[in-house]
Amino acid sequence: MNAVPRITRLGEDALLCFFTAPDDTVAPLPVQQGLWQLCRLLDAEREALQLREIVPGMGNLLLRWRHQPGSPCSFTSLQARVLALWRDCEATAPAQRVVTIPVRYGGEAGPDLEDVARHCGLSPGEVIALHSQADYAVYCLGFQPGFAYLGGLDARLFTPRRDTPRLAIAAGSVAIGGSQTGVYPLSTPGGWHVIGHTSLPLFNPTSASGTLLQPGDTVRFRPVQETP
Amino acid sequence: MNETRVTLEVLRGGTLCSVQDLGRHGLRHLGVSQCGAMDPLALQQANLLLGNAPGAAGIELSLGPVALRFTQDARIALTGVDFGAHLQPMEGDGLPVLSGHPLQVPAGAVLSLTRPAIPGARGYLAVAGGVDVPLLLGSRSTDLKAGFGGHAGRALQAGDVLPVGLTPAASLIGRRGVRSFAPTHVLRALPGPDYERFTPAAHTGFWLQPWRINAQSNRMGLRLNGAPLALHSAADLLSAGVLPGDVQVPPDGLPIVLGVDCQTTGGYPRVASVIQADLWQLAHLSPLTSVYFQPVTHTVAQEALERQTRYLARLARAVEDETTQGL
Repeated sequence: MNAVPRITRLGEDALLCFFTAPDDTVAPLPVQQGLWQLCRLLDAEREALQLREIVPGMGNLLLRWRHQPGSPCSFTSLQARVLALWRDCEATAPAQRVVTIPVRYGGEAGPDLEDVARHCGLSPGEVIALHSQADYAVYCLGFQPGFAYLGGLDARLFTPRRDTPRLAIAAGSVAIGGSQTGVYPLSTPGGWHVIGHTSLPLFNPTSASGTLLQPGDTVRFRPVQETP
Repeated sequence: MNETRVTLEVLRGGTLCSVQDLGRHGLRHLGVSQCGAMDPLALQQANLLLGNAPGAAGIELSLGPVALRFTQDARIALTGVDFGAHLQPMEGDGLPVLSGHPLQVPAGAVLSLTRPAIPGARGYLAVAGGVDVPLLLGSRSTDLKAGFGGHAGRALQAGDVLPVGLTPAASLIGRRGVRSFAPTHVLRALPGPDYERFTPAAHTGFWLQPWRINAQSNRMGLRLNGAPLALHSAADLLSAGVLPGDVQVPPDGLPIVLGVDCQTTGGYPRVASVIQADLWQLAHLSPLTSVYFQPVTHTVAQEALERQTRYLARLARAVEDETTQGL
């Protein structure tokens, strides 16, 4: 039996469910796994519940419904449905997609690899090994189309953000910022350390789904010599 | 039938003028922003006047000067703020173009738009048939931040050529027009999910002070200047979904009303959410003018939105009736 989430309204046609305590600064993976399952269950009832958006965050969920002129407030009924579905969501890892991302580490592709290695007291090779040996969970997407908030970075690789953000980080950059790692689908200014690059597109607006990654996916980075 | 399609040639692109419809929906879980017209009411007015679907793509006019040439006979409508529009046919005298009235444009004519009557306010140009750029992820809107959609994923530039869709059967050159809505500078709002994290003084300050519009405002957000809002204690929130209209308060205490181009997730405390029915005003608020926030109930918010829906339905019916009578 799952703990009861805190549910608040957001604007007139949305609600937020918080599955962590109000002042938690991390979302435990089991909570997030239950959340992915809840998203799948809600998606299956998308039409019946008149849902326009199902947006998982870090240990939380935003739902936006379709405004029905003349109909009574949907908040109460949707809240009840979320609570009922959540009760049966398993905090276990169901079979997910595994997406392998080829990464060219260091050199021009990863200008900050040496800095990260120095900060962590490791060799560049050890940084590459630690970064590419882990399984990362796509907690949720945001910030840019296709940008994944990944959980699972080895604590030995935690590196505070750069003092001076770069004006442009190239699309496909693989970077570390604080306790997080990620891949930038689009060019952006940013303060993360760029340790590598992938040529695999993370966002393609002409494809059906648009993004390579989806919440709940598992990501693995595979070192390659040249960008394939 | 072999029909020559209308195209729009951009002679001058202005600044930050872009192709927009009513935006992308249902993709926020992938990090895809809504985008679309900042003033969806004005875009829908313009479309309905032409017999278009209300959500057909048009051009959001941000800063002039803009000049467009029509390769074939076309019908257009301008709404939103007046842009000092002028139509120059290939021969003969030019004429000023009245906002809010559909207008027949002869092939080869050039439409010039100088500047918004209110600095920082936006105008909308619709063309019968709609701007027919490719549909990407369910919308023709330009995502200026992510660089896709609309025309080439960017603001318009001289030399761009925009295709126009087939003209709708309903054809109206009306004597009747619509009036553009003027912003009230009062943004009705509901308390946000983090309202209780703010101090009582912040609550009072939020609702009672005039907030000056910061010139850094854009389609991502309306930045406000005033007496900063304080939290009971610093909040380190986990990233969560955000929506246009949410009023975020970063550590400097100065609120930002999120606009249609806002990111899909955020981590700043939210003091309030502007109601849907008032979001169009964000398209028209000049830098250095002020806005107030006014607390309302969910019922008021819903009724305001339903009133707008009914207005647009009435406009669609009126155009349809007049068209039928005209035949």
